[in-house]
Amino acid sequence: MNRKQKEAVIRAVFFSFALVSILILGLIVVSLFREGLPLFRQVSVKDFLFGMEWYPTYDPPSFGIWPLIVGSVIVTVLATLIAIPIGILTAVYIAEVAPPLLKDVFKSVIELLAGLPSVVLGFFGMVVVAPWLQDTFDLPTGLNIVNASLILALMAVPTIASISEDAIYAVPREYKEASYALGATTHETILRVVIPSALSGISTAVILGMSRAIGETMVVLMVAGGAAAIPESLFDSVRPMPASIAAEMGEAPFRSLHYQALFATGMVLFFITLAFNLVADYISNKFKEVGSGTL
Amino acid sequence: MVNQEDRIIIRTENVNFYYGEFQALTDVSMAFETNRVTALIGPSGCGKSTLLRLLNRMNDLIDGCRVEGRILFEGRNIYEPDVDPVEVRRRIGMVFQKPNPFPKSIFNNITYGPRLAGVSGKADLEALVERSLRQAVLWDEVKDILGQSAMMLSGGQQQRLCIARALAMKPDILLMDEPTSALDPISTAKIEELIEELKKTYTIIIVTHNMQQAARVSDFTGFFYLGKMIEFNVTEKIFTKPDMKQTEDYITGRFG
Ligand SMILES: Nc1ncnc2c1ncn2[C@@H]1O[C@H](COP(=O)(O)OP(=O)(O)OP(=O)(O)O)[C@@H](O)[C@H]1O
Ligand SMILES: [Mg+2]
Repeated sequence: MNRKQKEAVIRAVFFSFALVSILILGLIVVSLFREGLPLFRQVSVKDFLFGMEWYPTYDPPSFGIWPLIVGSVIVTVLATLIAIPIGILTAVYIAEVAPPLLKDVFKSVIELLAGLPSVVLGFFGMVVVAPWLQDTFDLPTGLNIVNASLILALMAVPTIASISEDAIYAVPREYKEASYALGATTHETILRVVIPSALSGISTAVILGMSRAIGETMVVLMVAGGAAAIPESLFDSVRPMPASIAAEMGEAPFRSLHYQALFATGMVLFFITLAFNLVADYISNKFKEVGSGTL
Repeated sequence: MVNQEDRIIIRTENVNFYYGEFQALTDVSMAFETNRVTALIGPSGCGKSTLLRLLNRMNDLIDGCRVEGRILFEGRNIYEPDVDPVEVRRRIGMVFQKPNPFPKSIFNNITYGPRLAGVSGKADLEALVERSLRQAVLWDEVKDILGQSAMMLSGGQQQRLCIARALAMKPDILLMDEPTSALDPISTAKIEELIEELKKTYTIIIVTHNMQQAARVSDFTGFFYLGKMIEFNVTEKIFTKPDMKQTEDYITGRFG
């Protein structure tokens, strides 16, 4: 076999593997839609998305997922607000400040955190955070928005920190030198040159962190409390979409309305994560074009 | 000594410099006169940039490097422990080989340093921007687009912007590391004219690989080889009757 043929074979192999993963993804999406869409023959899209009541097993049942959407959004937003400063500061510290030895330690810890199974984190939320919240704030239950947000933040921090760190690391050395040569201190350089230059990467990191948090199932199933109602305070329980799907799928009869409603909820989640990823992609491409100067 | 003693603004005394184990400069002693252009020449890797970066403590940013000897700026050793490198860099500006404007607007590029140094007030900043850009002969080209990104300028314009940015700090000394090596002949000529103009107000130390450039713009020239200063004299002397054979070989292009 000559070199050309070899290259052709290798290319074909890679192509088929890439094709397989795209095909499988496509099949998953198709089956999601096939099982979910029939719901809308019985329930209108508006009643489904904005209905205030999620009573799938009542007679007659109601399939309004608004409380679930609110639950998902609120824990995700809160988790993001907690994770952004921690994640970005960690990234800045690792990329710009830490001495080489500590840098490696921190990086491994972050990787370890990223690799923790979510059920372990959920467990931690249940047996450590929940009783503490309950005692400290004198609550009926510690399984609530705050708890879920804290644990989700813990999951989002490694995503945000490691992608931000790459972005900060990629800031050209020339910018930093220019800043120092103009009499800037280290923190002025970080704040005014490094972070602004890395902003597209940092935004991408934040959005990917959010999409990780909104799709996370095990944690919210274990620590969000599971109440399918619009919360009135941060210490109320909620039932985010993934938790609802995971908890109810087992008991929903095959191809029943309830079953279809859960798949439709999956579609909503799918669109939200898709939107997050498109936005992340858009931001990172948009800033890439600006690039550095030409000679 | 080549220079007049009372006109010296900065001098190095028996300076050795090490990157880790590697000794990049050996026993360099030289003095730079105020309001003069001094050129540093020598083959690649001989330590010209290293010396330049020592003069405003830019080498502090490199891990594991070490300085021996003294560098006296207006009589004071800038490597004394109580000297703040930030203060040194405010008074000794630097222009790099590759144009490196910030990805910010032209206006904000110029005001970056002065703002950090405490200049505020719109009128003051605007006056400063105009003055610096005029000094760098860039004002006419950019006066209508001050709000645009500096990244949109050509390489030659970017380099003049970087010079303007350094001048906005009103430094006493301007260090230039091969400021024209990435530029076309027209931009190069502009920057050389600019250097001629700037030396009325500033002390300039410039590294260059271009012999004609050194001969054209500088008053003094130092020739370096393998981390040692081989010869330092009035530019005319270096280019017509150098004392050392090595200098002559390098200048005439007969170098190894
Ligand atoms: N950050 C660094 N770490 C280790 N060694 C370095 C570093 N920077 C420079 N050196 C070494 O020090 C020596 C002098 O380098 P320097 O950059 O001062 O040379 P130069 O005269 O400016 O060369 P050129 O004309 O190519 O710019 C070289 O041998 C180089 O390999
Ligand atoms: Mg150099």
